[in-house]
Amino acid sequence: MMLEETKKATYTIPVGPIHPALKEPIRLALTVDGEEIVDVDIFVGHVHRGIEWLGMNRNNPIQSIYVSERICGICNICHPFAFVMAVEHATGITPPPRAEYIRTIIAEMERIHSHLLWAGVAAHEIGFDTIFYLTWRVREEIMDLIEYVTGNRVTKAMFQIGGVRRDITEEQFPRIRQSLDYYKSLFDQLKRVFLDDKTIQMRTKNVGILKKEDALKLLTVGPSGRASGVPKDVRQNQPYAAYADLDIKVTTPDILTGTVVGDVYDRIIVRLLEVKQAIEIIEQCLEKMPPGPILAQPKTALLLKTLTKAEGEGIGRAEAPRGEVVHYVRLEAGQSTLATWKVRAPTYVNLMSAPTILKGMQIADVPIAFASLDPCLSCTNRIVVTDRATGQKSVTDYEELHRLSVEKTRKLQR
Amino acid sequence: MSLVIIIFGSVILVSIGGVFAMLYRGIDRKLVAHMQGRVGPPIVQPFRDVQKLLMKESIIPDGAVSWLFRAAPFVCLITSALLLLYIPLFGQKALLGEFGDALLIVYLLILPSLAYAAGGFASSSPYATVGAQREMVVLMSYEFPLAVAIVSLGWRIGHATTANPFMFSTIAEYPIWSLVGPLGIVGSLILVFTLLVVTSGKGAKVPFDVAEAETEIAGGTLVEYSGRNLCLFYLADIIKAFAMSSLVVALFIPYNLSPLVGIGTPVLAGIVDGLFFLVKVFAVMFISISVIRTAMARFKISQVSWVYIMAMTFISIVGLILIVVDLIV
Repeated sequence: MMLEETKKATYTIPVGPIHPALKEPIRLALTVDGEEIVDVDIFVGHVHRGIEWLGMNRNNPIQSIYVSERICGICNICHPFAFVMAVEHATGITPPPRAEYIRTIIAEMERIHSHLLWAGVAAHEIGFDTIFYLTWRVREEIMDLIEYVTGNRVTKAMFQIGGVRRDITEEQFPRIRQSLDYYKSLFDQLKRVFLDDKTIQMRTKNVGILKKEDALKLLTVGPSGRASGVPKDVRQNQPYAAYADLDIKVTTPDILTGTVVGDVYDRIIVRLLEVKQAIEIIEQCLEKMPPGPILAQPKTALLLKTLTKAEGEGIGRAEAPRGEVVHYVRLEAGQSTLATWKVRAPTYVNLMSAPTILKGMQIADVPIAFASLDPCLSCTNRIVVTDRATGQKSVTDYEELHRLSVEKTRKLQR
Repeated sequence: MSLVIIIFGSVILVSIGGVFAMLYRGIDRKLVAHMQGRVGPPIVQPFRDVQKLLMKESIIPDGAVSWLFRAAPFVCLITSALLLLYIPLFGQKALLGEFGDALLIVYLLILPSLAYAAGGFASSSPYATVGAQREMVVLMSYEFPLAVAIVSLGWRIGHATTANPFMFSTIAEYPIWSLVGPLGIVGSLILVFTLLVVTSGKGAKVPFDVAEAETEIAGGTLVEYSGRNLCLFYLADIIKAFAMSSLVVALFIPYNLSPLVGIGTPVLAGIVDGLFFLVKVFAVMFISISVIRTAMARFKISQVSWVYIMAMTFISIVGLILIVVDLIV
């Protein structure tokens, strides 16, 4: 008997640019067969803001620190961190040791708040709103601490080229330690809630697996890569700021479970352990913090003059809560703005692993699997991609636009 | 029974039932909010939601099957309201109790879900289509444990009397707890547990809200609905949850307070029984809807099916076997 070859009907489900599972706009075109995902295509370009253009055309480098803070609301420490390191690299300004310690403390505080924020979002994605509310309530403590230390909850404005703008004094230590103790006392409870809960395990174990080979091939960075067993961490591999003085070990899930699966559950483990690690780092910093000035050049006008005269290029790398963030700058003598500014946010590389993670999963796994990369899309969008009605995707460059304008003008003239 | 009584009785019953169902939804939301560490909306919020939805425009998508898209919410609300006429409420006999029994309820319970799915398929949205498919799968999944629970109860009561054991009046006359021994009581408790889990699924709440799953498919079957049409689904959902809880009460807690405390006056007895009924329904709703949805993450559709078809069916059959063994021993 001859059987006719039947083709299963697949259809496309668009997730985004606006979708309840996404906190920022991106479009995932999912080709699904029933509930199973057979193909994924990603379209970015919905939140392009031209931030690098501002740094190269409008702002002087000191103003660009504040713009770089606003690249992303959550990573508003790691971006200026990498930026000032790039400018310092280019100009040869060395921040005083005390400033390096303060930078490290602030960066680790950001990591705690970012990972807790992520944990809440992840719980919401799998429909566990109770955990979402409770996690965010716990997160308030670190937000209060950040406000206490920097004067602001979100954009902290702590960084300056060649140092930091605010000191952390001895009188503030007890308040900081109090918050850290609060988290240390809560840690076991958080671990129990996230790692032992039956329903969370049902939704996260063996979901969104990224194997070590794939993670290496796709250059996955940060906790997402570490959860796949890639021991990559800028803080350990190329220590910057005060990290070289501290005892830092890459966090991989096998510390807790003994094995590396590379699924969403492992990403939860890595982030939870990193919260603990961040607390330890801040404690070490408080102990070892050397006395001294916090700025290499306290006079802003003089600093600006130096920067205008400076010539050279520099790279700043920092370990953001989401992975390695890289800023590249080039300064030209006599130019008040940056000659070149290039930002590479961690999500930019991590997005590449999204199709691998999502393929073969169910629709229900998409929100949690995608969120487990902790994508931060405002950081990522720096090119304009146009999606044509014909279904073709292309990057419209200057020549193309020029050609189109000429064509249109000719048409109008006729 | 004259037609006039049926018509007026239905209108009054559905209105009163609807008001209490909405009040209970408000209480449920408030309690869940407190358990989650939030303040939550005021208890009258469902009334305000309905008021607002009624004022909003009903948008029908271009690609939708218009008549089905419009009809589905009405069918859903009407069939949900119909449940209130057959299930005994407020300690009184059901209005149409003599025309239908617990088995009819099992079938009636399917209709609102079918209306949901039909509305979803008619919306022509990929999210709604996925939602509708899931709704059908969930419907097929919890049907079996539900049937096992109700049939086991009827089967046991059928051994005690010659009357139709599925009639609510018979169930009220021969409560299961007074018929069975210790083993049977354990079995019956297992059946109650099954029904509570099914109630959570019927109410489409976390962890069984896969058909709506906000973070996955943006509201699923309801994604394209707005204004008055959405309001009808909203009301239907509220009434269905109330009716389902009343069904659990009617099947397993069919006791009235007035004979126990010895109140003779019919009016006073009615009030006492009505209040006692509300307490019983509250207890069922609190356990089956509020607590479960606070304490769990949403399942995947395959996990929902597994929970109902494998786990709950197995558990309910264990309950049935215990009741059978109890009768034989």
